[in-house]
Amino acid sequence: MAWTWFHQFGSPRWFYEKTTAWMPWLFALSIILLIVGSAWGLGFAPSDSKQGNSYRIIFIHVPAAFLALAGYYIMAISGAIGMIWKTKVSYLVMRSAAPIGAVLTFVSLFTGAVWGKPTWGTWWVWDARITSMLILFFLYLGVMALQNAFNHEESANKASAILALVGTVNIPIIYKSVDWWYTLHQPATIKFTEDSTIDPSMKYPLLLMVVAFYVLYATVLMMRTRTEIIARERKSKWVKEMATAS
Amino acid sequence: MSSKPQSVGETRAESPQAQSLSNVGLFSGFVAVFKRDLTLAYRNQGELFNPLTFFLIVITMVPLGITPDPEVLAELAPGMIWVVALLATLLSLDGLFRSDFEDGSLEQLLISPSPLYLLVLGKVAVHWLVTGLPLTLLAPLLGVMLFLPDSGYGPLVLSLFLGTASLSLIGSIGAALTVGLRKGGLLLSLIIMPLYSPILIFGASSVASAIDGFGYTSQIAVLGAFLSIALICAPFAAAGALRVSVNG
Repeated sequence: MAWTWFHQFGSPRWFYEKTTAWMPWLFALSIILLIVGSAWGLGFAPSDSKQGNSYRIIFIHVPAAFLALAGYYIMAISGAIGMIWKTKVSYLVMRSAAPIGAVLTFVSLFTGAVWGKPTWGTWWVWDARITSMLILFFLYLGVMALQNAFNHEESANKASAILALVGTVNIPIIYKSVDWWYTLHQPATIKFTEDSTIDPSMKYPLLLMVVAFYVLYATVLMMRTRTEIIARERKSKWVKEMATAS
Repeated sequence: MSSKPQSVGETRAESPQAQSLSNVGLFSGFVAVFKRDLTLAYRNQGELFNPLTFFLIVITMVPLGITPDPEVLAELAPGMIWVVALLATLLSLDGLFRSDFEDGSLEQLLISPSPLYLLVLGKVAVHWLVTGLPLTLLAPLLGVMLFLPDSGYGPLVLSLFLGTASLSLIGSIGAALTVGLRKGGLLLSLIIMPLYSPILIFGASSVASAIDGFGYTSQIAVLGAFLSIALICAPFAAAGALRVSVNG
């Protein structure tokens, strides 16, 4: 009995109809949180004593990096659920999560580069975290490329789920090795001590932005999944009825 | 993972003639695949030399593109040899399952009563024997061409010996995922290369740190650890991927 909701969620139609009611709320919540968080972070949080106002990019940079990493696990876990329980929706979630994660990884790399120019004086540093984020970006691109390469939808889903799971095993290994590689090659000119301690006046807006990004991620993921559902079920009766009714 | 081939195996196991089949030892499938692939490799000797020639040519391009200065080349040698060995392995991986997929023998492997894990392991073992091992043995020669300092040869051979085996194992997942696609070669490199980064890091740094006069045993130990993880996990993933590629 307790598992009925799980199987119901696996049905594209049930998922679509349930989430229709949630969408406006999720939208509103994410927009409110984003506006409050960025106004607080950009307008009211004090400026940094060393970096001035340039540090304010962390209110985008850090949440994007958080979600880029979490997004890979969301993608891999939904792929695993699809492989184990063969629910249709979980593959669609996996497919929707890949491009969102890739974009977030790119955003965190890009904002990192923009932040690096005024603070370190260079756009790019072969730092451990930057490098492992770049590899994460490649992993996302790999999953997306594999997805697009198959003509048959079922094989595309299963193949990219396997690749995503292999990546999940590898991410901690990659992260640790790059960390180790970096400590070996550490250049002496750059110090990464700035954000080891953070004042509460900056921490709370940052936490709020992280929550805002989580809600935004959920919203976008659901939007994309709903689009995938409609595209996949376009020939089914309920979609046709819905299209003619509106 | 699709359970189709397994269920076929189960129904066969109940019939009397399949009873004798399942009485065959666990490793007989492994041995059979191993022998068959080794024979095939021996009969297509031309293909054996392709990765080696690629290795040699790319290393020749390095001084042409950068500088013939021995000091600079010595500095670049460990990383360069490792990167090129990685590329040579990648290029050879596309053929790992391809011919079996095309002539249908892959399907026979899938429905055989032997565990697919061991059959994949057999194929990967042969792949390493005919690419990874020769690359390892050729590497010291290329080290001479790039003026690799004397203390680097030991760790170079040792790290490539362990590292190329991991490369073959991890690569087999990519080969299995892309075997059903007509243009799988480039995609295979794209999806597998990020997964190779830890091996490259530890492999190249073991050589570099030996040249700098530090110990290199820790890196070799980590490469050995990677190999044991890959040995346990990679054939499972590759077997699952083969089922997807063949059955859809």
